[in-house]
Amino acid sequence: MAVVELSNVGKRYPGAESLAVEDFNLTSEDGEFVVLVGPSGCGKTTTMRMIAGLEEHTEGAIKIGGRDVTGVAPKDRDIAMVFQSYALYPHMTVRDNMAFSLKLKKYAKSDIKKRVDDAAAVLGIEPLLDRKPRALSGGQRQRVALGRAIVRQPQVFLMDEPLSNLDAKLRVDMRAEIVKLHRKLGVTTFYVTHDQTEAMTMGQRIAVMKDGLVQQIDSPNTLYQHPANLFVAGFIGTPSMNFLTAEVSDNGQALSGPDFQLATDGPRRSVLADHGQTQVWAGIRPEHLHLSDSESADNRMQGQVEVVEPLGAMTMIQVLIGDTRVTAQIKPHQMVAMGDTVTLGCPSDKLYLFDKDSEMTLHGIDIGQSDAH
Amino acid sequence: MNKMSWPGKIGVNLLAWLVSILMFFPIFWLILSSFKTNALAAAREPAFIFSPTMASYVNALVNSNYWHYALNSVYTAVGSTLLCVVLGVPAAYSMAFRRSKRTDFTLLWMLSTKMLPAVGVLVPIYIVYKNLHLLDSALGLTLIYTAMNLPIVVWLLYTYFKDVPGEILEAAEIDGASLVDNIVRIVTPLALPGIISTGLLAIVLAWNEAFWAINITNVHGATLSVFVSGFKSARGQFWANMSAASTLSVLPILVAGWFTQRQLVRGLTFGAVK
Ligand SMILES: Nc1ncnc2c1ncn2[C@@H]1O[C@H](COP(=O)(O)OP(=O)(O)O)[C@@H](O)[C@H]1O
Ligand SMILES: [Mg+2]
Repeated sequence: MAVVELSNVGKRYPGAESLAVEDFNLTSEDGEFVVLVGPSGCGKTTTMRMIAGLEEHTEGAIKIGGRDVTGVAPKDRDIAMVFQSYALYPHMTVRDNMAFSLKLKKYAKSDIKKRVDDAAAVLGIEPLLDRKPRALSGGQRQRVALGRAIVRQPQVFLMDEPLSNLDAKLRVDMRAEIVKLHRKLGVTTFYVTHDQTEAMTMGQRIAVMKDGLVQQIDSPNTLYQHPANLFVAGFIGTPSMNFLTAEVSDNGQALSGPDFQLATDGPRRSVLADHGQTQVWAGIRPEHLHLSDSESADNRMQGQVEVVEPLGAMTMIQVLIGDTRVTAQIKPHQMVAMGDTVTLGCPSDKLYLFDKDSEMTLHGIDIGQSDAH
Repeated sequence: MNKMSWPGKIGVNLLAWLVSILMFFPIFWLILSSFKTNALAAAREPAFIFSPTMASYVNALVNSNYWHYALNSVYTAVGSTLLCVVLGVPAAYSMAFRRSKRTDFTLLWMLSTKMLPAVGVLVPIYIVYKNLHLLDSALGLTLIYTAMNLPIVVWLLYTYFKDVPGEILEAAEIDGASLVDNIVRIVTPLALPGIISTGLLAIVLAWNEAFWAINITNVHGATLSVFVSGFKSARGQFWANMSAASTLSVLPILVAGWFTQRQLVRGLTFGAVK
């Protein structure tokens, strides 16, 4: 187990104009489960490969267990990696796949057997040990890939989108299983995914990335409640947060735009007054919107229903407010039909505010969205 | 496929037969002639029905030192192929997995050497070989065959290696595999069908080679190609003898090809099936 420390790490691929990863700073706790999440192409894989030593970092420094690993070969970094494609050795049995690294390290035969058997027991793949990878299902291959990583008993696990080739149901099961495995082994783990649900459910800390830059590193709850900018706010949470361009009026008392008028609470009023700009981004999560019958309320948004998606436990509707499509989560018994004109309401303390140009949050970390719905 | 009408089907079948017969006829004629007497084989009227004689085979196998030439053919073909594979595997590995700016150029350049007519380098090589005492030696011929086939072998191996996913090699690297481990334990077993069919191709090319064999060997290092051409001598036309010798010289490779057919096909379609 080890602490992984990235300071100002950057990567410029040969011939590339811009950095694929820029100024990455993160120090893991010992035994922490860190998730890197972000849209495709944001530099997650590059970051992992730099930690693994498969790619050299061109800026900054990487330390594993206190040791600077610049120029240290992957095999000497005491890490194990699980690839998206699993990268099992097709010509070897499951047992040989798992034993490969130990054989190369010249472990005694009996030690190898014991370690492989132990790992196989943990993952429930004992019956598969004599099969070749081609005779395994996707989920089984995934387990073998994990097994190959854990027999090594490394200081750090690196997993790059290990579940993205599995079907939805299996993905949810394996998600839980990897978390359980992490709890059991307590090995520092870096986990890459582009799926925010996976990130939220698995990560102790999550680094949200975009275009090679870390946007925010925080616990799942903090990311959800205090997103640092518009991108994080929109990326974390499903369905995504709604964003409206709003005019600030009455010294921050109200936010308005075509077809909507939102009243602010005390803390937001002062934030807006301090900010002093006439336009801001107002963000509202779908789960904080509700159907409101009174037109007189301070917070009201009015528009035509364009889409109705009943999901059983709840219903998602999309309402055109001005020219913005706003998603709202309503109760399943509330009957709404396409084409209806509805009024939506939102509690003032659930409003998120972002600078119109920089898209950074206007809230200090303390302003807080109340946790209760 | 199955939508063809029955006259169409018959037409296609006839055509296929015709083409096959046209292609097979020279071989058929060669084998037929080998069972004739020299006089009959040289006769103006082609004879299809005659009483066969084994005289030419006896002549080739007993009186003409066939085994000496055959052994040289085996040495040079197998020897050069082994050398090609031993040199070609690391070369192809570096081109497939350690690419640099010059990789594509090097590949093209290697292939372009095949465009140079062999006659162009005959004199220089002859002189060098004379000084190195490699003329008329199986070793000398083996080295030439290695040089001759290496570009093709590297190219083919390169295409097979490119089908091995890079992540597998990276996984092995993290698992602690050295460069040699990677080549020997991962890439070679994974590309084995491809390596074997490449080797078979190199053997065939070396076995059938005549230009260099005739020009730089004579007796000691001479192969079956030299043996066959020896029948086209000043002593006159010995068509039947020559046919028997030719048959005997292509026979081993045909038999080997027959037995390795499956392997060849597997190797050539390797990657497509994965
Ligand atoms: N080997 C490479 N050479 C050049 N550019 C690369 C290479 N690998 C990735 N990139 C670029 O770096 C950026 C980040 O890629 P990557 O780390 O794979 O993103 P992610 O894993 O988040 O999808 C992308 O713009 C990609 O095009
Ligand atoms: Mg990636």
